[in-house]
Order: sequence, then C-alpha cells, then structure tokens
Amino acid sequence: MLSDIIKNLLSEVAGLQSIPTAGAFNIRSNGKSAGRNSTDTIQIVPKENGSGIDIYVKSGTKDESVHIPALVTETDLHDVVYNDFHIGEGADVTIVAGCGIHNCGCGISQHDGIHRFFVGKNAKIKYIEKHIGEGDGHGQNIINPQTHIIAEENSYVEMDTVQLKGVDSTKRISSAKLAAGATVVIKEKIKTHGKQYAETSFDVDLDGEGSSAKLISRSVARDNSRQLFRSKLSGNQACYGHSECDAIIMDHGIVAAEPEIIANNVDATLIHEAAIGKIAGEQLTKLMTLGLTEQEAEAQIINGFLK
Amino acid sequence: MLELRDVSFSADGKEILKDINLVIEDEKFVVVTGPNGGGKSTLARVIAGIEKPDCGQILLDGEDITAWGITKRANSGISFAFQQPVRFKGVTVKDLVSLASGRKLSTEKACEYLSEVGLCAKDYIDREINSSLSGGELKRIEIATVMARKTKLTLFDEPEAGIDLWSFKNLIDVFERMHREIKGSILIISHQERILDIADEIVVISGGRISQVGPKEAVLPEIFRPDACCKYFKEV
Repeated sequence: MLSDIIKNLLSEVAGLQSIPTAGAFNIRSNGKSAGRNSTDTIQIVPKENGSGIDIYVKSGTKDESVHIPALVTETDLHDVVYNDFHIGEGADVTIVAGCGIHNCGCGISQHDGIHRFFVGKNAKIKYIEKHIGEGDGHGQNIINPQTHIIAEENSYVEMDTVQLKGVDSTKRISSAKLAAGATVVIKEKIKTHGKQYAETSFDVDLDGEGSSAKLISRSVARDNSRQLFRSKLSGNQACYGHSECDAIIMDHGIVAAEPEIIANNVDATLIHEAAIGKIAGEQLTKLMTLGLTEQEAEAQIINGFLK
Repeated sequence: MLELRDVSFSADGKEILKDINLVIEDEKFVVVTGPNGGGKSTLARVIAGIEKPDCGQILLDGEDITAWGITKRANSGISFAFQQPVRFKGVTVKDLVSLASGRKLSTEKACEYLSEVGLCAKDYIDREINSSLSGGELKRIEIATVMARKTKLTLFDEPEAGIDLWSFKNLIDVFERMHREIKGSILIISHQERILDIADEIVVISGGRISQVGPKEAVLPEIFRPDACCKYFKEV
C-alpha cells in the first residue's frame, strides 16, 4: 500500500497513479526496490552488488516504454544508484526516469542517479527525466543526476529533462559519444528560486561522420538563486553541433554560461548561442494591453518560456 | 467616446505632445497622420496607458481614465496594435490569440483570425512568436490579436509598416470589416494615402500639436495642396 506522499511523487515524476500491473518498470523508494516488472522484450535485472539495475531492451522492440522513477521520503538519506540501459539494434522505446524527494526533516535528502545508455545501431530512444523536491522541513533536497550516452551508428537519442521546483542543489552531468550518423537532442528546463543552486554540464564528442547534437537549455533564476551552464561540443569529424542557453533572470538571480566548442575537423560545424537577461519590458506591456495584470503577464511569459 | 483634454507629454526634457484636445466619437474611423517625430505614436501610447501624460485628462465614455494603468484600460475596451510587434520565446500564436480574446479558443476559432489576416492558419497556429517569424508575419499576427479582442476602441500604430507580400488591399479590407462588424471606433496612425482615404476623420499632428482635424473631405485637400510645406504621406 503506497502512502499519499509516495503516490503524489510517483504521479509528479513518472505520471503513474500507483504501482503498475503491467509493462516494464522499476520503482526505487528510499534506496530499495518498491516494485519491478520485466516484459518479454524489456528485461530489468538487479546488479549483483545491489548498486542498481541493468535494463536490456531487445533488438527491434517497438513502441514500448519503461518507467524507473526513484523516490526519497526519508531525511538524512543519501541514495546512490547506477542504472545501465542496453538498447538493442533498431529498438524504438521511451524511458521515463526522474526523482522525487519529500523531505520533512532537518537533514539532507539526496539522490544521485548515474545512468549509462548503450544505444545500438539504428535504435531510437526518448528519455524523459523530471526532478522535483518538496516537504516542509528545513533539510535540503539534493539531486545530482548523471547521464552518459554511447550512441552507435545512426542511432537517435532524445532527452527531455525538467526541474521546476523544490530542489535546493543540483549538479547535472551529461556526456555523449556519437558514432557515424548518430543524433542526440537534449532539452533542459530549469527553474530555481530562494537560495537554490543548479549546475549543468554537457560534454558531447561528435566522433562519427554525419553525427549531430543539439543541446537546448532554458532556465529561469529568481530570488537569490544561482545557475551555471557549461557545455562542451567537440567536433571530431564532419558533423553538426548546436548548443543554446536561454535564461531569464529575476530579482537577484544569477546565471552564468560557459560554452566551449572545439572543431577538430575542418568539416565540423559547431554553433553556440546564449542569451541571459530579465523579461523585456515590452513583453509585459504587450500582454498588459491584452488585459493581463503585470503579475499575470510575467507568469504567462515564464510558463511559455519553460513550456 | 474617447476624449483628450489639454493633454501634454514630455520626455527627457522635450515636449512631445502639447495641449492635445481631441474627441473620437463612437464608431468613427479616424486616421492620425503627420510628419515623423511629430508625436503620433506617443499619442496612441498615451491613450493606451503605456505613457502617462504630464497634464490633461483622458475620458472614456465620460469617465476619467487618466490615472488608469494599461491593464484597466485594456479591460475597459481599448486595444493597441504595436508598430513593432513583440517576440516571445515559447508563447505560440494560438496562446497569444487566445489571451487576446480573453478565453481559451478552439484551434478552429483561432485559425479564423489568422485567415482574416492572410496567414495559412495550420502553418502558424502552433508556431512560437520568436525570431523564426518575419517582421511581416509578426505584424499580421499582431493585427489578428487586436481583431480577437473586439473592443470599442482599437489603436493601430502604423499597421502598414512591414506588411510584406500580403497585399495592401487586404489590409484595407481588414480595417473596413472590423469597423463594420465590431462597430467600435478605430484610430490608425498612418502615412498611407489609401488608409487616409477610408477615414471618416483625419487628424494631423505636427510638432506635438494638432494642426488640422476634421472630416476627410475637408482635411485631405489641405494635405495634398501643391504648396503644402511638408509632404509626409506616401502614395501606394
């Protein structure tokens, strides 16, 4: 029987109303398995040392999904998990991960999920990751996810990662190595407030001819929160890489962007765009001429920006 | 009815509008024209509440709205189409048209407004209002948003500027249709002869003052006098 807190976190993070009765899933709660199921095509196997799971997706698997949310509801808990995804050739699957913390205590609740993706030739995955924190205690909520992708020839990886509330500190590290014809698209949305801190780091090696990467980060920093965006794109063959960091700062929020693009091949095309600033006054004025109050206009602009 | 009484406005120590007295009657189609820098856009911004006058009064249907902010004026029936429309990352065309209409619009209804300004609705409805749209596309979306509001007074600041391949005749048709269907007052700031030609009244502003005001039949000949000192209108 799941508590209301767990049910709410499951719903927020993975869109699940309860523990599923079918399909592939692994639910981790306070460092332990709270439910697991494999299917004929997606096998979830615990690692021998208990540090995490291996997820095996059979070659050619189509239109299936696997949910692996991690939940933390205890204070003074540091949960570290290593999950490896082995995606067979030609598979096309959706993976829903993410972490929800509910901390009512005074200690730190922390989850570090280290995920590796081995994506076979011609495979396609959509990886959805949502992080939230809540709880009325004074303890900190910390989530430090890592995502490391090895993309084989002509594979396609799309990663949507969202963190909009309640995480006091996060260091998000992502890396990808792309073989010929492989594509990775990473979309990140972050909103921080209070004294929160968020750090993002992308490191992408475009090793194969015709490989491409697109990194899109949109963030809002308000109150006294701080954010740091780092990206490094290395073009080692004829390839295309594009990174984009757009941030809205409000109150005393601080955002720093440190992009790095390195063309190691004369046929590599790499682009970085960054824009950091407050909401433009003319945007507020326009929406106010449509009848919105200044506060409604501000909310509309931010919601649209992070939609 | 909108009335301005002795309205003046200055910025950076320079007088932009001086003692403006003007009445816009209900259901009138008024075009404000005059040389660049004469104060036309400022007049529209003062009416919309974007700029506050230094002195004078603004009355809407007899009520003094001088101290009202932009939002209250908008909700009381004043719409404003910007000369240079604003871009929004993440906000779609449908979002903006829905916000303008004051309710959640069906895709079909939102498409109607876009079709009226000559945009193929299915190509635009889910587009973000960002730098991927051209100036002309933005301008037409801007016009669609004020059409969706259906207010008793609509202000257009140089609507013809930036209109690209869409023909000028269509723009005129939109104004005439709005005037006919919404039955509100329309105030357009323009230099274009063909827009002047469909006005009920023409107001000429020069050097921050109203130099001429009256029915089109009376004002147009004055503007086009061969010895007029300043030709600021443009023939299309």
